[in-house]
This record gives sequence, structure tokens and C-alpha cells, in this order.
Amino acid sequence: MSTGTDCPCQQQPTRRGFVGLFLGGGMLATFASFLYPVMRFFVPPTVADLGGDEVVAAKVGDLKENSGKIFKFGSRPGLLILEASGTYHAMSATCTHLGCTVQYKGDTHQVWCPCHNGTYDLNGRNVSGPPPEAIGCIRRAPARR
Amino acid sequence: MIAALIHWLDERLHLEGLLAPFKHKTVPQHKMSYWYFFGGITLFLFMVQVLTGILLLLYYHPGANEAFESVQYIVTQVQFGWLIRSIHSWSANLMIFTAFAHMFSVLFLKAYRKPRELTWVTGVLLLFLVMGFGFSGYLLPWNTLAFFATTVGTQMAGQVPFIGHAMMIFLRGGPEVTGATLTRFFGFHVAVLPGIVTVLIGVHLFFVQRQGMSVPPKVEAEWKKDPSLVKEMKFFPNFALRELMAWYVGMGMLGGLAAMFPWNLGVKVDPFASAPAGIKPEWYFLFMYQALKLIPSKVLIFDGEVLGIVGCGIAATVWLLLPFFDTEKPSRRSHVITGLSVFALVFMIGMTIYGYLAN
Repeated sequence: MSTGTDCPCQQQPTRRGFVGLFLGGGMLATFASFLYPVMRFFVPPTVADLGGDEVVAAKVGDLKENSGKIFKFGSRPGLLILEASGTYHAMSATCTHLGCTVQYKGDTHQVWCPCHNGTYDLNGRNVSGPPPEAIGCIRRAPARR
Repeated sequence: MIAALIHWLDERLHLEGLLAPFKHKTVPQHKMSYWYFFGGITLFLFMVQVLTGILLLLYYHPGANEAFESVQYIVTQVQFGWLIRSIHSWSANLMIFTAFAHMFSVLFLKAYRKPRELTWVTGVLLLFLVMGFGFSGYLLPWNTLAFFATTVGTQMAGQVPFIGHAMMIFLRGGPEVTGATLTRFFGFHVAVLPGIVTVLIGVHLFFVQRQGMSVPPKVEAEWKKDPSLVKEMKFFPNFALRELMAWYVGMGMLGGLAAMFPWNLGVKVDPFASAPAGIKPEWYFLFMYQALKLIPSKVLIFDGEVLGIVGCGIAATVWLLLPFFDTEKPSRRSHVITGLSVFALVFMIGMTIYGYLAN
């Protein structure tokens, strides 16, 4: 049994209270350990959408020489260009300036953004106008039958 | 601090009157008392399903061209996505197992006798709905196994006389299993079934709270003869803490299974590929599937499969209404029912094992 202490408000710890502390503390710790993966799960990954990693941009014969075509690449637009020499180029169609969708101009053989007159070459490099950086290229798989 | 909060609420809502019966709630203690845990474990696993299901809903895309990729995304890109998905799949299977165990324990301990007939009825309905959860959820990853399992399952539903074809069209969202089926099953799985099941669970639990726990006939007779033998445990805090411990252990097992045996992704549906060899439904449908396979294609003038489906339907109806066939006191009829129950259990287990060995 407990001996009286000076402070009347202080209770001697009981065995039950001690065990209860362990039980409650253990449950709380377990609960916290479940909360961690759930919290991490809520945070969206850096790759916002696996919209598909491979896309059919066009079929052979779709494009006329020296012309371009916009295709859907996941949730973003892509630009497919067929040069007069028969070479294909594929790149993102989102202008690096303020996000407008670019187009291929057959007369200048360049990629042009109508919003602020930015231009890129066939490798996506920003040539003139406000675009601050090159446009991203998309890897092409060889044409399949 | 919690006491202060309860007092604050009680001042406004007069909870003392509502909560008073819970303070006096007791649980009978006898040799078979451990079976009392199975109902609670099933409820716990259901809550796990709701939680992990909601988490998966944040990233899942329900459409034939996106579903498989979105599950792939969850298990490869999302932090702990593999764990949440595995827990969801494992908990689904464990929940169906504990639901069956709970049902069989109630069956053999005769807890469905008067006055608990309605508890049994709601319980059997819940069991059917839980299997519906399993069937609809299985299709959602849109892999080949799920596709063909759904094709076979809905085709069997189509064999029901008169209404079967309409049922099949309703389930499939068309004559074949397509993206429309996926969208429909998604709706069933996340909206329709959860709504119905939540209400039914509420009703089921209300009945249990009102009537208390049933005691097996033998023990009941003993206690009636000698009331000094009656042993009871307080629900709060004694049984509640034990139940919490059972849930804790269950949670640990679930996490261990999910982590050590993560669920497969499978191969995306290709409707023009042939069904994989040795295809069979998930284990909880296997006994039905195997039994149907054994029925000859023609029995007298009847189509074998139709006969099988009708047989299943009759069995399910008898199952649902079982308390109304049995007697309150032990009798010849109650012994027959016990015998049939043993046969049913052996049949289900036997057919399931046979189903695995045969394929």
C-alpha cells in the first residue's frame, strides 16, 4: 500500500495504471506506424499520370512530306514532323515559353509558336523569340508493320 | 480529458441514457466462447476494406483502357501503393473466410434459434453481398484472369431460368464482358454494395446489441439447471479489450501477409486471346464451380447446368430461411439440420480441395 505523500493531489501509481500506460502507448505507437504509409500514400508521386508510355503517333502514309501532325501523348500534345528527306522528328508540342501548342511550318522548316512568335529547329532547340529553353524530344520506336 | 468531452456532449445530447445499457452488457463465458470473436473480426476487416478502398480510389481509373495501367501505377509509383493494394486484396479474402467461419460457428452453435432469426437472415444476406463485393472487385484490375472469371461467372448467372438472360445483360452491361462491365462493376463495388452493406451491418449489429449473445443449447440447458454455473464477462472493458487484441493480431497477420505475399498484377485483358489453361474462379467460388462441373450435361430432360444453378438457388434460399425450419429446443429435426450442416461444410471444403487438385 502507498505511504502518504505531502501533496494531496498526487496519486501513487498503480500496477493497473502502469500496464494501462503501456497498452495505450503501444496501441498509439502502432496506430502511428499505420498512419505513416497512409500519409505518404496521399502525396501524389512526381510522375503525375501513367497515361501510357508508348503511343501510336501516326501510320505510315498519314503525313505528307514536309508537314507536321499533333498527336496525343498521355495527357499532353506531341508534334510529329516528316521532313522532305523522309526523316521523322517527334517532340513535345508544348511551347516552353507560356505553354501554347506549337506547329510545324513547311515554308521555314521550323517549329513555330503562334502565341508570341517563338521558333524552334527540327531538334527542338529554341532558335528565336521568347522561349527560354529547348522543347523536349520524344523517342521514336522504329516503324512497325 | 476524454471524460470532460463526454460530459460536454452528454449535457447537450443526454447520452447517459443511451450508453447505460452498454455499461451492463455482458458476454457469456463457456468452452465455445472464442467463436464470439469471428463476427467482430469480420467487421474489422470490412473497415480495413473501406479504408484501403478509399485510398485506392484516389488513384484508380475505371475504364478498359486505363484500369490496368492505373493499378500498375499504384503498385509501382505511389508511395506504399503496393502495400495498400496488397492489404486490400488480402483483407478481402480473409474477410470472406472469417464471414464463412462466423456463419458456420453460428450454424453449429445454433445461435440462429428464436429470437435471433432476423439476425441470421441479415447475416446470410451480408454473406452473399460480401461475395458480391469479391466478385465485382476482382474485375477492377482488368487482367486476363479476372476477365475470364467474370465471363464464366456472369454466364452462370445467365443460366437461371426465366430471368437469367436479363440478369446477365444487367450484370455485364451488354451481351459480352466489356469496358461497360468494368464501369458497372466499379459502380456496384464502390457505391451500391457499400451503401446496402453499411445499412445491413447496422441492422445486424442493432439486433445483436438488443438481444445479447446466444449460448449453445447444451450450455443453456446446464445453466438453466444450475444458475450458479453461469459465467459472464463484462463487455466494457474486459471483452472489448480482448476483442481489440484479436483485431490487433489480425492486423499484424494482414500486414505480414500483404508484405510477404504481395498480390499479383497479372496481364492486361486481351479479349481476343484465349482463356489461360487451368483457369478457375477464386477459392470462395470454387466449390460451386467444381460441383457444377461434375453435373452431367443432360439429366433426364433437363440441362445439367441449369439444374445445378437452380440447385444452388434452392440451397441458398433454404440457407437464408434456416431458422424457420429448425426448432427452438433440441429435437429430431434439429439433429437432422445439424447433420445437414456438417454435410454442407464437408461438401464445401471437399469441393474446394477437389477444385484445386483437378486443375
